[in-house]
Amino acid sequence: MQNSTRENLTGTAMPENAKQSGAIGKARRTRTEVAIRYGFLVLLFGLVLFFSLFAEGFAGPYSAVFIFQSVAITGILALGVTATLVVGGFDLSIGATATSALMLSAYVMVVLGLSAFWAVVACLIMGALIGLINGLLIVKMRVPDLLATLGMMFLLVGLQRIPTEGRSIATGMTLPDGTVANGTFSPAFLWLGRHRFDFFIPNLIPVSVVILIVVGFLVWLFMEMTRHGRLMYAIGSNERAASLAGTNVNRYKIIAYMISGVLASIGGILLSARLGRGDLASGNNLLLDSVAAALIGFAVLGAGKPNAFGTIIGALFVGILLQGLTMMNAPYYTQDFVKGAVLVVALVFTFALKKREATH
Amino acid sequence: MDSQAIELTGISKAFGANNVLRGIDLTLKPGQVTALMGANGAGKSTLVKVLCGVHPPSAGAIRLFGKPFSPATPSQAIAEGVVTVHQNINDGVIPDLDVASNLMLDQLARPGKGLFLNRKAMRAQARELAAAMGLDVDVRQMVSDLGVADRQLVAIARAMAHKPRLLILDEPTSSLSAAEAHRLFGLIDRLRNGGVAVLYISHRMSDIRRIADRIVSMRDGKISGIFEEQPLDYKGAVNAMLGHSMADANIEVSQAEGVVMELDAIQLREDSQPFSLTLRANEVVAITGLVGSGKTDLANVLFGLEKPLAGKMTLLGQPYRPDSQRDAIAKGVFLCPKDRANNAVVQDFDITRNLTIPFLRRHSGAVFLKRGSERQTARRTIDDLGIVCQSTRDEIGSLSGGNQQKVMVGRWLAEPSNLLVLDEPFQGVDIKARRDIGQKIRETSPGRATVVFVAETDEALEIADRIIVMSDHTIVGDHRNEGLDMGLLQAQVAGQIDSVHAVTKKTAEPAK
Repeated sequence: MQNSTRENLTGTAMPENAKQSGAIGKARRTRTEVAIRYGFLVLLFGLVLFFSLFAEGFAGPYSAVFIFQSVAITGILALGVTATLVVGGFDLSIGATATSALMLSAYVMVVLGLSAFWAVVACLIMGALIGLINGLLIVKMRVPDLLATLGMMFLLVGLQRIPTEGRSIATGMTLPDGTVANGTFSPAFLWLGRHRFDFFIPNLIPVSVVILIVVGFLVWLFMEMTRHGRLMYAIGSNERAASLAGTNVNRYKIIAYMISGVLASIGGILLSARLGRGDLASGNNLLLDSVAAALIGFAVLGAGKPNAFGTIIGALFVGILLQGLTMMNAPYYTQDFVKGAVLVVALVFTFALKKREATH
Repeated sequence: MDSQAIELTGISKAFGANNVLRGIDLTLKPGQVTALMGANGAGKSTLVKVLCGVHPPSAGAIRLFGKPFSPATPSQAIAEGVVTVHQNINDGVIPDLDVASNLMLDQLARPGKGLFLNRKAMRAQARELAAAMGLDVDVRQMVSDLGVADRQLVAIARAMAHKPRLLILDEPTSSLSAAEAHRLFGLIDRLRNGGVAVLYISHRMSDIRRIADRIVSMRDGKISGIFEEQPLDYKGAVNAMLGHSMADANIEVSQAEGVVMELDAIQLREDSQPFSLTLRANEVVAITGLVGSGKTDLANVLFGLEKPLAGKMTLLGQPYRPDSQRDAIAKGVFLCPKDRANNAVVQDFDITRNLTIPFLRRHSGAVFLKRGSERQTARRTIDDLGIVCQSTRDEIGSLSGGNQQKVMVGRWLAEPSNLLVLDEPFQGVDIKARRDIGQKIRETSPGRATVVFVAETDEALEIADRIIVMSDHTIVGDHRNEGLDMGLLQAQVAGQIDSVHAVTKKTAEPAK
């Protein structure tokens, strides 16, 4: 009953038998709807146009690739956050998971002297395991998601310092037992971080960008096109209803956190491969940046919900803005402010406009 | 102009091109209870929202005892004596505070109140208020520890604290038991005598019969009939609200067929009597009883949400012990739960997606979903149940309550089942949608056993082949819906028949 008044204002493109929507109503509906749907993309396009005109060297393949590369790792992590947001959860431990993967890969190769293959496998298993533990804490122990993953974040930040007594890992370092670590980052592993594929222009597209695109596409396919993704969205919207409709809510929640853990560890692997050492201090901004990208993604195409496409656009948006501003000589210390401002604007897009539509 | 009443003249409200209210003229007099009836989507809720300051009207004026009244916010409306108790009780109470704080909340929120709480004075005032209401709870208790009915009464008591001049009650009895509703009616009587104007919104004819001094019917945003001559013309009011007359739901009691489910000596509570029940195909069984009589527990047991303390269940000759909802559904036992907003509706999904949730596997290829197949099911359900919508992709929230409920029922009719359990399928649904849903349930009943849990006896009579009465967590009556003894049924509902004598193995069998 209380919702019947919205009948004519909600967004269906083709009313099959529009009863009362006169011309005025239609125009008004379309205007709000267009603003919600395309506002953010228009903004993005305007931004690109603006920087292309006013920032020298912004328009060009290398600049584009640089932007992509700068957002690739954040984007992959953000896709993980997206998966947990879909089931109505939140993963605060992704940043710590990524840096743990960074340290683990370095440890496996430099200290244990194993190959790139084992480094990658160890990281992926660790990511899945962290996700599993997060999931179990949340569904079995009933710890609220934010708190469980916050706890996990602290735990991992501490854990990754223990094997090396709080030092970064590099070839030739002295281990706690007095021996010297002789392993090296294998070329195959570094390839992940440093190789560029030819794409019309030689040495153009970095591996991380390709991985971002592939992962983004897979997450999108899974969330939008499979029944598992559909049920995960149902859980995020009304957990009880999904459960009463026979959905195994706990299993899907655990899966979401495992996706998040694995994607975070992929991000960590790429970061490690780019840096070429196990640097404890790197990856500080990963958590906030990727959460911001996922939340900005709500506004893209008026989705109003976590979605893979929006997340990638969100990450790109931040990347383009920062790159453009840098090229226009904005000082580096304004970056966080800019990111924050973009996030706030995006959230206004998502919630204020959505709400205005809803209260009609 | 009447300075002794609340007068609405030409109230209109449009959202975009959608005219929800089209010129409402209405006078509400002190000391009079006006029942407002209307189908889902007639504009009742919008009218309430205009009165209580949520929406400003697009046109028209309200005068409150001669003075213009145009509240910009709900708190302004309350300050001027227009107090509303909303349908959703959780809007009316704060679960994490105690009863006293809840009752005194509006005083606490009033500007100019001192910084520190005077707990003792607050409790004393709260106790006074609770006593005046006939609300028998410890004011130090947390509201979250109270039952639904007590919460509702706390919300209403809170409204009383404002000394209302116009009290608006939106479906106040929908979660109250008969005894509690009785208390509420007593209170309304007292308010009426104290000169308060009451606007009472309800779908329940029994409520309206009990307390209405006059009935106002609404349809399509207009007032379609005002009935104030005694005795009130209830039938006329219903017809005015529907725009046509409604034939009585005459059901042809059908012949029950093979046994689907057998409950043997099921015990729901430590202190309740075990009972047995046989459910057959092609038979619609309504289980009725007061709030708290154990209906929901039984529904939960049938669907595997709870385990009975004792007893056995057999489904089609096989032992039936579902260990999860999934398991129950896999065995062909479906539950359409009560309280759709919390238990069934997925707000973010459109009609199609809401419909296909439980049976997505059916609409899924090896990897991907088949949207065409989903849409086909949605179109069929929309046609079958007469869901009023613009397309299969309408947001579920854009539908009226009755149509949302049709979607929720349609969700479980999309696949054949062995046993279909519907818990309060007519909750917050107008009479037209109720008939549509009931008819559909009956039409589809061959081939499965159907159990409908309803608190209202009227609703049971409208849909069932067989009516079972529960009281104190056991079965106290079993009637075939043909020339049944209404007096006996009512007595059983009220718990006046001793359950031990009423239930024998014999009465639990369907009377042939």
